[in-house]
Amino acid sequence: MSEKRILMSGNEAIAEGAIRAGCAFYAGYPITPQNELIAYMAKNMPKAGRVFIQAESELAAINMVYGASAAGFRAMTSSSSPGISLKQEGISYISGAQLPAIIVNIMRGGPGLGNIAPAQSDYFQATRGGGHGDYRLIVLAPASVQEAYDLTREGFALADKYRIAVMILGDGVLGQMMEPVTLAGKNAGKPLPKRWALTGCKDRKPNVVKSFFMAEGGLEKANLDLQKKYKIIEKKEKRYEGLFLKDAELILVAYGTTARIAKNALFRLRGKGRKVGLIRPISLWPFPADAFRMPGRKARYLTVEMSYGQMVEDVKLSSGCAEVDFLGRSGGGIPGEEEIVNKVNRMMI
Amino acid sequence: MKKIFTRPEALKDAPNHYCPGCGHGIAHRLIAEIVDETGIRERVIGVAPVGCAVVAYDYWNFDCSEAAHGRALAVATAIKRLRPQNIVFTYQGDGDLAAIGTNETIHAANRGENLTVIFINNAIYGMTGGQMAPTTLVGQKTATTPSGREGKGHGYPLKISEILSLLPGVCYVERVSFQDPQHVLKAKAAIKQAFLNQIKGQGFSLVEILSPCPTYWGMSPKDALDWTRDVMQKEFPLGKIK
Amino acid sequence: MIERVIIAGSGGQGVMLLGKVLAEAAMRQGWQVSWFPAYGPEVRGGTSYCMVVISDRQIGSPYIDNADTVIVLNNPSLEKFKGKVGNKGMLIANSSLAGNFTASGVKLLSFPFTDIAMKIGNIKVTNMVVLGCYLAAKKIVDRGNVLKVFDAMAPSGKKEILAANRMALQEGERLVNG
Repeated sequence: MSEKRILMSGNEAIAEGAIRAGCAFYAGYPITPQNELIAYMAKNMPKAGRVFIQAESELAAINMVYGASAAGFRAMTSSSSPGISLKQEGISYISGAQLPAIIVNIMRGGPGLGNIAPAQSDYFQATRGGGHGDYRLIVLAPASVQEAYDLTREGFALADKYRIAVMILGDGVLGQMMEPVTLAGKNAGKPLPKRWALTGCKDRKPNVVKSFFMAEGGLEKANLDLQKKYKIIEKKEKRYEGLFLKDAELILVAYGTTARIAKNALFRLRGKGRKVGLIRPISLWPFPADAFRMPGRKARYLTVEMSYGQMVEDVKLSSGCAEVDFLGRSGGGIPGEEEIVNKVNRMMI
Repeated sequence: MKKIFTRPEALKDAPNHYCPGCGHGIAHRLIAEIVDETGIRERVIGVAPVGCAVVAYDYWNFDCSEAAHGRALAVATAIKRLRPQNIVFTYQGDGDLAAIGTNETIHAANRGENLTVIFINNAIYGMTGGQMAPTTLVGQKTATTPSGREGKGHGYPLKISEILSLLPGVCYVERVSFQDPQHVLKAKAAIKQAFLNQIKGQGFSLVEILSPCPTYWGMSPKDALDWTRDVMQKEFPLGKIK
Repeated sequence: MIERVIIAGSGGQGVMLLGKVLAEAAMRQGWQVSWFPAYGPEVRGGTSYCMVVISDRQIGSPYIDNADTVIVLNNPSLEKFKGKVGNKGMLIANSSLAGNFTASGVKLLSFPFTDIAMKIGNIKVTNMVVLGCYLAAKKIVDRGNVLKVFDAMAPSGKKEILAANRMALQEGERLVNG
């Protein structure tokens, strides 16, 4: 039986997904275009008996999430690009202390204050670490409101499983847009027992949550442990959607909102007999490199982004192609279906 | 024979790294004694700062969290909200609490979080090598005020405790000193009060301790204690502020 | 089938709600839908707009460059969006507040929606008069589904709002159907 469809914005769907995944704590600070998310949490977290705090700053919000997670609870914060830059300190500490957490970035234009238009120009920041130190986040990029809901729930399970921060990376379009959603889907899993959490040291030795390793060799060992974990995640948690890859001579690569547009362009091009395919990375880290390594494939790649080509180097590294074409805009413009079709037509002459 | 002095259970049997004459050792021990006396060792959660006391959790024998520099009260806020049955305290220096973390401090206080704050004021940045703190006295020479702190330009000693006492969310603020054994006992009473307030659910309580840093004050331990009495207290008078 | 609608007016004219009701009714009818708002400071005063896409297939961009229908409730909106009407598209304009407009290849429907709403006693239902007009003109979304959305949205005990909206919808439909 199909569940009831309801109309929801991406921001609301992420919030609802979090609540249904057992998120016990949310702290955030207002910033456009993710304000509906914090408002939804303010309204619905207390109703569900959870904790909501409007923090005094992005720094406070992410460090509250650090505390909530250290106390053994599922926790989330959300913001948009400039706010995510501010949170990088806390994200680095969360990573160093191996705390599970969900960080939502509904991207807007940058650098600086930029504007509030949708953008995808925080790709480097999200996938390379963002803050100081050798660490990674799992970065999940939904392309629809339904997927925003589903991936948020899945994100909580991944965060617990690997004791890692998971970033849900959307943009202003995804956050603001309303689409039908079915509020069911994959289970976020029961929170795993957290023996490391701070609960009071009754009947056990004291626990300490920290990212500080002063003793000789201590930090190197901690970093190697992180690297080992990242290797496992790289092996097991890559996600992507592939369309028409078997016979494709040109493959579009796009994630999130731009992938929706690229997909429409793809159908139009296929209708005209163009052998075009699409790879839509769903996990941006780990990047779905396997999708680019099909034996015998001789396709060219065209990445489509709302940035000036931040994903191009991942496509190059994964595909082994020295030349990867790029179509993108950032700062307000959304690449149009027509633009993509025209570009592909020019490329395939 | 009756044992009359022993290591509190809440203190690990570990040598600490503090300089001779430093006040941190005294503060750590007082907290440990109070944790034992109030019977909360198995439910207390400490939040350690960034600063000289960064590894306080190596000395305390109970659950602890690290916090990024200045963020202890954000971390503690979340822990306490989620675990109201636990007793949560932060331990912060002057740079942590009154410079880089001023925002977190003021807002946690203003929300009336039911937390206990132990604020070590030694008028200097110790861990990084003796730079100016927000509480450094006018005229005091530090690595970053080589000719002495001047109010205009460097800023005046920040009376964060007095500022916090103005906030309706704040329950209790007292300034104490380690200058002599009698004052250490008074300090202990104040710290205990700050913990009892939380146990009773009365809200945000802060104890500011004027604490010696002989190393970066360039004094003997004895002179440093006297300096807290004769010089620091002129700027930071002792007593209950709220 | 794809229907791309831009709905614009001044803040407070209810263009966001108009779009939401349309999108939700279309969803109830089984279509794929998206609703995308202007989310800048123009939400109060100035020109406020939203974009609704209705389709029988997965929707690509919810952002509309070329609209099948543009609905404008005031003159600044007309000036801003008249260029977005695609070939053989439709422009529905509120002649109470927007000036004249002609363009080849564009079907124009111009009615004094604000005046009509005032005549039936509630200026706030202007948006639903417009919706009625749109439903009758385009025949993509059934009025029955719109009425279901009204029922779901109206707070309990606010039956008069429900009645006003129903009447507004009907008046709007009459403009086209006679």
